[in-house]
Amino acid sequence: MNIVVCIKQVPDTTEIKIDPVKNTLIRTGVPSIMNPFDKNALETGLQLKDQYGGKVTVISMGPPQAKAVLREALSMGADDAWLITDRAFGGSDTYATSYILSQAIGKLGPFDVILGGKQAIDGDTGQTAPSIAEHLDAVRLTYILDLQVDGDKVIARRQVEEGIEVIETVLPVLCTATKESNKPRYGTVKRKIASLKAEIPEITLADLVGADQSKMGLKGSPTKVKATFTPQRTASGVNIEGNNPGEMAGSLISKLADAKIL
Amino acid sequence: MGLIYTEEQKELLAMVREMAEIEIKPYVQEADEKGECPRELFKWGFDMGLHMLEIPEEYGGTGLSYETTAMIFEELAKVDAGYAITFVTTFVALRNVILAGTKEQGQYFADKIAPGGFAGFALTEPNSGSDPAAMRATAVLDGDEYILNGTKTFITNGALADVFVGFFKTDPAGGHRGISAFIVDADAPGVTVGAHENKMGLRLSNTTDLIFENVRVKASAMVGPEGSGFKLALNALNLSRAFVATMAVGIMQRALDEAVKYAKERKQFNTPIIKFQMVQQMLADMAIKIEASRCLVNNTMRLMDQGNLVQKEGSICKTFVSDCAQEVTSNAVQIFGGYGYSKEYPVEKLMRDCKVFQIFEGTNQIQRMTIAGVLEREYK
Repeated sequence: MNIVVCIKQVPDTTEIKIDPVKNTLIRTGVPSIMNPFDKNALETGLQLKDQYGGKVTVISMGPPQAKAVLREALSMGADDAWLITDRAFGGSDTYATSYILSQAIGKLGPFDVILGGKQAIDGDTGQTAPSIAEHLDAVRLTYILDLQVDGDKVIARRQVEEGIEVIETVLPVLCTATKESNKPRYGTVKRKIASLKAEIPEITLADLVGADQSKMGLKGSPTKVKATFTPQRTASGVNIEGNNPGEMAGSLISKLADAKIL
Repeated sequence: MGLIYTEEQKELLAMVREMAEIEIKPYVQEADEKGECPRELFKWGFDMGLHMLEIPEEYGGTGLSYETTAMIFEELAKVDAGYAITFVTTFVALRNVILAGTKEQGQYFADKIAPGGFAGFALTEPNSGSDPAAMRATAVLDGDEYILNGTKTFITNGALADVFVGFFKTDPAGGHRGISAFIVDADAPGVTVGAHENKMGLRLSNTTDLIFENVRVKASAMVGPEGSGFKLALNALNLSRAFVATMAVGIMQRALDEAVKYAKERKQFNTPIIKFQMVQQMLADMAIKIEASRCLVNNTMRLMDQGNLVQKEGSICKTFVSDCAQEVTSNAVQIFGGYGYSKEYPVEKLMRDCKVFQIFEGTNQIQRMTIAGVLEREYK
């Protein structure tokens, strides 16, 4: 089975600081990590490989520093890693990023399973991975818990608000993983050492022959950021206490009624 | 911290630290109370390959330097030295095979460990501790086999190990020169795990008696020439002393981490106690001893990486560091005051854990005899 996992390097904090002038993230002084949901996606890929055999490729779009997360993925068990990097890709929004990633995946593939995290903890859009499926015309399965593959047939369990949805479809699929999908493995000492010595090849604009450059970078991004800010926390939550669930539910209903929400 | 770490060392330590903090630390207190370590906790170490660190690459191991291996074990010992020593002990046994064994023996040993195994080092007997020549266990040649008999005691990994390097008298009248080393499978008929030691500290580490009753091993299981076992054990132990010390550094570092944190939080007379000079002096002295110990361990490891057998340096390192550890952990308890004496807080365990470091791998009294003996020769 040929598997590709899209991973992103993100600042290790949920308290993102924003540059008030440029409206961009301030990354200096904040340690960078692999986006936690992408780590779940990688674990899903590695488990598929453990079960069905095959190869796990990881890709990341970003500046050269993003090689650190690709190396981490290698230390966990990925077979090869590619950095997608070019000045022309800078400033891409989720649409442009997903277009560039889909082009890179097309160049490296074909793949049976494309994986990504459900969202990145910095931008929190949750759009990039599903959009890749649109560009590649692959089946899109978000928030998956696990996958069972039998030939071309795939059975996926999806975590949805109402419960668990079981979907049967055919390869190729794009799936996004969540925290509930699995517990990512640690690297091994041997792989960690090898990963630090590994050459991480790059895919640049020149490698994406036939791609439409007008869909890339800041100019290719339909999203225009009007303002970015850290919201002020205006009111803290209320703890509802009681002796049993019924009592607590009653208390909640009366509070909601008082607030004219019900 | 005084050492200059390579990028690779930093990355490895971060990975091991994360695993130990998340997967091991939450279970340490309960395991310490019970005096046993659940086997599934070792799975994390095996998955990471900690059982293969020192096994040479030619045998399928990682072939890490002593220096880097020691750093990893210091990191593990911060979380629990008993957990660390369970892995370290495999290499105590391995070093005998590396020093004197054949390629086949090295591969045999590595293959036993690779799937997720441990090894043990069976030298000590009830009446033979600092004086190995007094051992009573025997190996008698019978055709192309040896028949092993005897009782070993205080065997780390006794009930966990898959393979042992054991020491037996092939010539009961031969004193030191009558001892030979053998590789013995733990599941060989006649090998029985005896009583589990209910220890003061290092309680996650498995320590048992080991009984050999007419255990048959092939003559090819002998490590090194007949009668060379005593010298081999000493050489292997010399290489192991600094590893004992690296774990003591880990225990001390944990003690300091906990003590500084507490001294900043704990207020008396409306003042955090870290502002009081007598507390400051204790903390500073702890930091001084840890820094010196870590540098000493590192230098000893680097000497070993260059092929030095560190007879004197290993003894100096083990003795200095384990003596420091008593004061450092005792003062951590002192800084915590009454809470330090309570099992609710982590520091009393550190004090219990570190005592044995003055005792095992050769008591600090024996170490000083060794150091003085080398000095006497050096100044001839």
